[in-house]
Amino acid sequence: MQWETIHKPIEHDDPSPNMGDYVAERDAFTWEDARRALDGLPGGRGLNIAHEAVDRHAAGPRREHVALLCLDRHGERNEVTYAELAESSNRFANILDTLGVVAGERVFVLMQRTADLYVAALGTLKHRSVLCPLFAAFGPEPIRQRLELGTGCVLVTSPTLYRRKVAGIQDRLPSLRHVLVAGGSTASETAEGARTLDLDALLAGASSQYEIGPTDPEDMALLHFTSGTTGMPKGAVHVHEAVVSHHATGRIALDLHPDDVFWCTADPGWVTGTSYGIVSPLVHGVTSIIDEGDFDAERWYSVLENEGVTVWYTAPTALRMLMQAGADVAKAHDLSRLRFVASVGEPLNPEVVVWGQEALGLPIHDNWWQTETGGIMVANYACMDIRPGSMGRPLPGIEAAVLVRDDHGNVAVSGDGTAVESAVGQEGELALRPGWPSMFRGYLGDTERYQSCFAGGWYLSGDLVRRDEDGYFWFVGRGNDVIKSSGHLIGPFEVESTLMEHPAVAEVGVIGKPDPLCGEVVKAFVTLRAGYEPNEDLRLDLLGFSRKRLGAAVAPREIAFDQHLPHTESGKIMRRVLKARELGLSEGDTSTLAAS
Amino acid sequence: MTNDEARQLIRSVLHQVAPEADLDEVGAGETLQEALDLDSMDFLNFVVGLHEATGLEIPERDYPQLSTVEGCVTYLTSAG
Repeated sequence: MQWETIHKPIEHDDPSPNMGDYVAERDAFTWEDARRALDGLPGGRGLNIAHEAVDRHAAGPRREHVALLCLDRHGERNEVTYAELAESSNRFANILDTLGVVAGERVFVLMQRTADLYVAALGTLKHRSVLCPLFAAFGPEPIRQRLELGTGCVLVTSPTLYRRKVAGIQDRLPSLRHVLVAGGSTASETAEGARTLDLDALLAGASSQYEIGPTDPEDMALLHFTSGTTGMPKGAVHVHEAVVSHHATGRIALDLHPDDVFWCTADPGWVTGTSYGIVSPLVHGVTSIIDEGDFDAERWYSVLENEGVTVWYTAPTALRMLMQAGADVAKAHDLSRLRFVASVGEPLNPEVVVWGQEALGLPIHDNWWQTETGGIMVANYACMDIRPGSMGRPLPGIEAAVLVRDDHGNVAVSGDGTAVESAVGQEGELALRPGWPSMFRGYLGDTERYQSCFAGGWYLSGDLVRRDEDGYFWFVGRGNDVIKSSGHLIGPFEVESTLMEHPAVAEVGVIGKPDPLCGEVVKAFVTLRAGYEPNEDLRLDLLGFSRKRLGAAVAPREIAFDQHLPHTESGKIMRRVLKARELGLSEGDTSTLAAS
Repeated sequence: MTNDEARQLIRSVLHQVAPEADLDEVGAGETLQEALDLDSMDFLNFVVGLHEATGLEIPERDYPQLSTVEGCVTYLTSAG
């Protein structure tokens, strides 16, 4: 079906978009100019994300402006001004000093979305330690792996999360010197053996004054774990200079204006929740909504209405769930303050873009980026016509290309070392010219894997796309076996390794099964050891086993028994064939899988 | 449906969605999602499971009532 282009500008656009004309902005844009829009540390001492996000506002006219508007699960509101956020993050930075943490060491955060999380994150950046946020829905195993790979020396968490997920793994993490538990009175639950410190008490006792030390823009600031096809998660390293991208994309792709109330629904445990849930809105000095609660259609519409959200950045799964709840639920709310809606995480189907117009009165702007890119790379903009189903056009300052892949799925590089670009309309791998500020600087401790992300002078995204004659990019499929569920990347190997630990499992292959709501759900095909019978009890046992270790965010939703998993000649499980079988395709015809 | 039947039903539906979850761990007033580490999809599957087991039509606006054990019991018993 052909979807009609949604034309811009929308008449009642007020304020008018920051970017008035895409082509003009693209032609004029330089990263040097973008860098000049930021202050830098006083005295020319460098560039620090937390200074740009908090301190410079706290020292100026936006001092009393609300930075964070925190809503807890029960609907209680808590406003934090820029001045307050500056002081509390100073206290956190001082705690790290007191504990003997040094710049460059890794501080992990495993918390629900409460103000403490943001205080710890920004305090860590001020201290020039490296922030690594973890998703609270991870089970103990993903948490342990990431702390180990990132050699975390401090973990900040809540009493419940500590008890459920950290206490049992703490002994196996020799590099973890301190566990700070937020949550005041209930912290006593964890006091046994004094393996934790009371964050509230430490904050109360720390000075609210802190001077950020000299910060080289190339100093490591953030560590985000992401999943690959093979092996364990990779820690993508980002530096303080990334803030230049976070600011520029907030201006251009999210159209942030000073009086905006912004809501990014992503959890900081994923890169979107950090780049756009913490950094970008604060760098722009706007009010950012922090909602502790989980998805609930009625609740979400109430937040949009009651808090007067003007710019909303959310995900396809959530939008599809809202769509399922019906337009009536939306219509019962006054969403007239809403001006701009964007979505990221996986391709947004055209139905949802158009539904936005009916239910919210606004089209939804899909955009594309990934952990490694650190910020939005390809987007639909407030000023630009939307072609429903397209991820949009490259951000000004970003050069994107579609590269031809050979029969082995590798980008074709010609004799002179340059990559071959696909013709208009032909599919190929989405590639970006390195050099933008928020590009990852490496995978922690894995140079080889980092280098394999580049060829012929391009960063290779692993996603297959095509580009139309006007330069709009269209997602075609992923070029690898990584699973994307509700916008979150899940490495099949992580799930397979955990299931392999179950005594009944001889072998396992894990795929992403297409799902109308989540994009994909994790499905595991299990071969049983001799002596085990495939039955419902065992299936539930395996499901519970993997959920307990991996958490709901990573564990399979479906488990099937299969005594004949397909193998390559070298004995590797062929996930693509499993997927073909699941989709009812002929096994030989795996070429079309990328398009599924 | 009696209170006990409702509780039994909740237990069996939950077991299908999250076999590792122990209903006895849920404190009074605590939400299932919070206490048992369920995500949005789990909760949705739980509601769908209740629907399939009882035939009850459960509209989206009623979902919040199902987020605690007590809420579920009340909902199921008063629905007949």
